[in-house]
Amino acid sequence: MPFEMPVEKWASTVNEVTIGATSEEGGTRTSTVTVGGDTTLPFLDFEGKSPNRPVVAMEVLDMPPDEWPSPLEDALGKVCRDPAAWARMCVDEVGADLICLRLVGAHPERGDRSPEECAETVKTVLEAVGVPLIIWGCGDADKDNEIMPRCSEAAAGENCLLGSAVQDNYKTITAACMADGHKLITEAPLDINIQKQVNILTTDMGLDPSRIIMYQSTGGLGYGMEYAYSIMERTRLAALGGDKMLSMPMLAQVGSEAWRAKEARAPEEEAPQWGPVSERGVIWEATTANCFLHGGTHILVMWHPRAAQLLRKTIDSLVSQES
Amino acid sequence: MYTIGERINGMFKSVRTAIQEQNPEPIQDLARRQLEAGADCLDVNVGPAAADPAAAMEWLVKTIREVTDAPLAIDTTKPEVMRKGLELAGPNSIINSTKGQQEQLDIFIPMAIEYQAKLIALTIDENGIPRDANGRNEIALRVVAAAMEKGLDPSQVMIDGVILPVNVTQETPGHVLETIRGVKLLSDPPPLTVLGLSNVSQGTQQRALINRTYLVMAIGAGLDAAIMDALDADLMDAMITAELLLNRAVYCDDFLKAYRSR
Repeated sequence: MPFEMPVEKWASTVNEVTIGATSEEGGTRTSTVTVGGDTTLPFLDFEGKSPNRPVVAMEVLDMPPDEWPSPLEDALGKVCRDPAAWARMCVDEVGADLICLRLVGAHPERGDRSPEECAETVKTVLEAVGVPLIIWGCGDADKDNEIMPRCSEAAAGENCLLGSAVQDNYKTITAACMADGHKLITEAPLDINIQKQVNILTTDMGLDPSRIIMYQSTGGLGYGMEYAYSIMERTRLAALGGDKMLSMPMLAQVGSEAWRAKEARAPEEEAPQWGPVSERGVIWEATTANCFLHGGTHILVMWHPRAAQLLRKTIDSLVSQES
Repeated sequence: MYTIGERINGMFKSVRTAIQEQNPEPIQDLARRQLEAGADCLDVNVGPAAADPAAAMEWLVKTIREVTDAPLAIDTTKPEVMRKGLELAGPNSIINSTKGQQEQLDIFIPMAIEYQAKLIALTIDENGIPRDANGRNEIALRVVAAAMEKGLDPSQVMIDGVILPVNVTQETPGHVLETIRGVKLLSDPPPLTVLGLSNVSQGTQQRALINRTYLVMAIGAGLDAAIMDALDADLMDAMITAELLLNRAVYCDDFLKAYRSR
């Protein structure tokens, strides 16, 4: 008897979202990125379709951390004090599909940069590269409410992805996003119930659900990765089951989370049994990304160029030729 | 749960008058309001007083189709009226309903196949309504067997265990719950289950409370669909909450709103 593949029938699909606008669409991007549209679980191409590949975003900080682990310093040290050069390197040498610009320098306890300075950085990076941009605030709610409307305005018409709207602070960024024609990241602290609630709150303001990307928060390998995976999986199942408030594509912050782990950072003299530090962090990041890829993440934000290349290789091997 | 809004029915005076006067507004208003309230499907019944039921059904379906493409449950016992309704309503309709005797199944099962419609089958046959759950399940089994024989997938069949007013027979609500559980064992995939909910409270003083309590009990027993008053917000809230408690929806603080904004 020939083997018959068991096939599940799903009621619904994940939303399809495009980021970036070319000159025909009123922007200046040379490429755009479309994610989502899946009619099945990740990579089950015998069961349904995933019309768009998962994409690799490279993170660019407007102010580098005071101390990098050596592999990151080696890979990014030359460009990390110049966001435009950093972004260009990510596109030219790593083949980034998007740049994720994180304005950490605006944080009151870091650079406390002004809204004008942040908007200027956004413009510089937009000029430096042609790929679509993710623009993320500094994480301080009050400061983000000052800088994000200015950054949104500076990128008006470029169809960027702005982050992030959270349950206790979503109105300012949602309004800016709607006014300037961008897409929005809704964020929850590893909590699917809050994720759904933020989606309801932002769509209640009039934002179309098809303009949202979800960030459920991530945990790196060894630090809650499985928990994050299970939330992603449950979210995808809810979307395929027809829950319109959980049908948005997902994003994962891989680089920043993976490189938080001491296993990724610790120098060899501290932990000789863990092997060479030049490989460890890269593999830590790539493994974390691999897990979220299988969980159904559509946009993976990476740090190390070699980890990003490993991720791309995995995506190539998983995405069937015809799709 | 699949909600079939019951309000477009000639038994209601406003609907009867609208049909007589060929006035589309009250019908279209009922269609819109029931869908906004969370109904997945609209029941369409011309009522017992219609002079020409086929013409009344044609007018009702066309009138509803001017404002929505939502699935319709064509509610009549007359095959020619059913056919007229199904022709105009399009795919994903529901035949409401057939009884369990062979002559009726011979008419309505092929009709369900022809129009790609689901088929509601009442657990009533030539001997009337069975006294208990076993009798109801026997009829349900006969319906499922007949459907499979003629090529209609059991998942297209909706078994209605026929609820009676609680002040007429107090054993029936329990029997119908037992039927809902039993029907799920009849085939794989099993048929769906449906209830004409409002009947349970006919003639009582606490209609809304009885309807909503019984609906929650039936959902707990595995009910898949109900023909019910979608405009009763408390009833819809109870249904949405029961589904949530059975883990059929992901919780969030605004879970009632989330359901309604599907």
